[in-house]
Amino acid sequence: MTEMADANVLREKYLRDGMLPTIFCNGCGHGVAVDYTLRAIEELEIDIDTIALASGIGCSSRIPGYINADGLHTTHGRALSLATGIKAANPELNVIVFTGDGDCTGIGGNHFIHAARRNIDMTVILLNNFIYGMTGGQLAPTAPLGSIATTAPYGNIEQAFNISELATALGAAYVARWPIFYPYQPIKSIKDGLQNKGFALIELMSPCPTAYGRRNKLGKIDALWTWYEDNTILIEEYEKIMNYGTDDEKEKVKQMFQIGVFQNEVKAGFFEEYEKMVERLIERDDAKGGGK
Amino acid sequence: MIEIIKDWCKGCEICVIRCPVDALEISAELNKRGVYPPKLKEENECNFCRLCELLCPDFAITVIPEEEGEPKETKSRLIIGGIVNEV
Ligand SMILES: Cc1ncc(C[n+]2csc(CCOP(=O)(O)OP(=O)(O)O)c2C)c(N)n1
Ligand code: SF4
Ligand code: SF4
Repeated sequence: MTEMADANVLREKYLRDGMLPTIFCNGCGHGVAVDYTLRAIEELEIDIDTIALASGIGCSSRIPGYINADGLHTTHGRALSLATGIKAANPELNVIVFTGDGDCTGIGGNHFIHAARRNIDMTVILLNNFIYGMTGGQLAPTAPLGSIATTAPYGNIEQAFNISELATALGAAYVARWPIFYPYQPIKSIKDGLQNKGFALIELMSPCPTAYGRRNKLGKIDALWTWYEDNTILIEEYEKIMNYGTDDEKEKVKQMFQIGVFQNEVKAGFFEEYEKMVERLIERDDAKGGGK
Repeated sequence: MIEIIKDWCKGCEICVIRCPVDALEISAELNKRGVYPPKLKEENECNFCRLCELLCPDFAITVIPEEEGEPKETKSRLIIGGIVNEV
């Protein structure tokens, strides 16, 4: 393994010192995602000036404010559309989006579906905390059945979005899901996502003790983390059980979140295809002697 | 040795809970947020795995491994407004 950078070094190099400490609550997972992203950028030796950050609204969407790179903050749910515009204007940029489950799959659901389907060249770091944290705990479309939220006081009766499976089905080039408290796997996934040419989604399960935990008897940070541990299973393990397990085991793992790399494909992103199309048309016109 | 930016700690205690060798404890140094940041225990088996540094949501911890042959420092450094204090 390559030598890891000190937190001190990362802080100096990439963070806006005056903005820290973050506004995130005690025990919020979002700050950890910043750390992992910076480590991925450092390990890949990407020049921070070639990075453009984009985000919408939410606690998670505040992240670009802490990182010393160019960033744009837009309206709720529109982070991916804005990011598409950035990439269209300057395809040389490495576009990274920080977004929440509410931002990306609630209000921004349709933008998400089409950005993934069109395989737009960008890296999306989605912090899934099952809740609208910033506004005090309204039900998010990702909340597990039975979750308590301000808008679901008797328990959620709606089927939840499975974001990573959705993105996989839509043909996104890279899709991975990890709980925030396994450091090495998410860092590796963010690195793989940044290097992938197409749409890369890294869904990080990032606990919100304030708006989700407290209402769901998981207010103690350790309890919330243990819940994540008890309710996640590696994709490979899941498949093993679905093939060889007993009926009881199968029922049990079906209720769990699969974690790991869902998809990792080498394929051209939208803007690469677009470039190819432009070249093709120029060649065609040249052959016809047109336009001269 | 571990270095802690005292006033950035929010007191989540993730580092203390997750340290694989139980090397950390809550210190008696109240910070300006009203929480007690962690410190290394007097007797500890810290092996510089960096888990606490990686999991800290607030960039408050840096793990600094001792040079080869150097005696292990059991002290933590609390950084208060840029000034280093040993605890
Ligand atoms: C158009 C619009 N509708 C609603 C809001 C209110 N609002 C702000 S943040 C937010 C939810 C954010 O949730 P999520 O993206 O999951 O982020 P978290 O805070 O949980 O990290 C909502 C509904 C808004 N700012 N704009
Ligand atoms: S409300 Fe939730 S998501 Fe927002 S900062 Fe607090 S813990 Fe994090
Ligand atoms: S570096 Fe590892 S062993 Fe040392 S205090 Fe941190 S978590 Fe514990």
